[in-house]
Amino acid sequence: MTESAATQLATQLIVILLLALLGATAITIARMRQLWAAVMLTGVFSFLGASWMLILDAPDVAFTEAAVGAGISTFLMLATLGLTSREAKPPTGFKPVPLVVVIVTGCALVYGTLDMPHYGDPDGHIHAYPDPSYIVKTNGDKGDPNDSDGEINLPNVVTAILASYRGYDTFGETTVILTAGVGVILLLRRERRTTGQPEPPSADANTGGPA
Amino acid sequence: MNHYAILRIVTKLLIPYILLFGLYVQFHGDFGPGGGFQAGVIFAAGIILYGLVFGIGAARRVAPAPVVERLIAVGLLIYAGTGIVGMLKGGNFLEYGVLAHDAQHGQHLGILIVELGVGITVAAVMITVFFAFAGRERTE
Repeated sequence: MTESAATQLATQLIVILLLALLGATAITIARMRQLWAAVMLTGVFSFLGASWMLILDAPDVAFTEAAVGAGISTFLMLATLGLTSREAKPPTGFKPVPLVVVIVTGCALVYGTLDMPHYGDPDGHIHAYPDPSYIVKTNGDKGDPNDSDGEINLPNVVTAILASYRGYDTFGETTVILTAGVGVILLLRRERRTTGQPEPPSADANTGGPA
Repeated sequence: MNHYAILRIVTKLLIPYILLFGLYVQFHGDFGPGGGFQAGVIFAAGIILYGLVFGIGAARRVAPAPVVERLIAVGLLIYAGTGIVGMLKGGNFLEYGVLAHDAQHGQHLGILIVELGVGITVAAVMITVFFAFAGRERTE
C-alpha cells in the first residue's frame, strides 16, 4: 500500500499544480489587453484542462479538449482577430454590477458543490443508480460466471451507451453539428462567392463574368 | 508559412500520424477511448494543420469544398439510414439488434456504422468551418 500511497500523493501534487496553473492562466487572460497573446493563452488553458481530464481517467474528453479547445477554436479566434482588432478596448472605469453578478454566481456554484458526493465516493448517485447499472446491462456481471455477456458486450461502455442506449440523443447531437455547419456555410460563404467569383479568370472581368 | 523549413517538415512528418490516430480512434472507439466525435475532430485537425502550414489552396485540393460539404449530409444520412435499415428488418428506429443474425453482433455492427456517420459529419463540419473562416478577408 505504501507504493500506491506515494503515487496518490504524486497525483495529488500534479492535480494541485495543474489547477493552480489553470487559475493563473485564467487570471492572466482576463487581465490581458493584447488579444493575440490572450488567444494563445486560451490554447494553453485548453491543454492544461486536457491534462487534468487525463488524470480524471477521461482520455476521450482529454483529446477532444486538446483538438477542439487548443487546436480548432484557437485557430478560429486567430482568424477572427485577423479580421478585427488585435487589441482590446481600454476598460471604461470600474463597474460594480458585473463584479457582484460574478461573485454571487460563484458563491452559488460553490454552494451547489457542497451537496455533491466526493470524487470517487462509492456511495455517490452515479454508482447507485440505475440498478442494474448500464455497465452490467452492457457487459454483464463479470464477477458472476453464470451471468451472460450483457446486451452489447463492448469494452468501451461509454461508446455502447452513447451509440446504442442513447442512440436518439447522439443522432440529435449529430444533427446539431450538421445545423452548425450549414449555418456557417450560409452566413460566411455567401460573401466570398459574390466578391470572389470574378477573381479567378481575369479575362472574365471584361466579358461580363461567368453565367 | 511556406518558407519556414522546420515547420513544414515537422508538419509533413506529423500529419500522417494525426490522420492515422484519427482513424484509430474512429474504428477502435468500441474498445478503447474515443468514438466518432473525437475521431472526426482529430482527423479535421490534421487537415487544418495542413491548410495552416501549406496554404488554404493546398488544403482545398486535398479536401475539395463541394465534396466536404456533401460529406456533412452523408454522415448524418449514414446514421439515419442505419436506423431505417433496422426498421426494415423489423425492429424499431435505431434498434441495432436486428441488423445481424445475433443481437450482440447487430449491436456491434450498428454502433460501428453509426459512429462512422458521426465521424464523417464532425470532420466535414470542422473542415468546412475552417475553410469558411480562412477564406474570408477584411472587408474595410
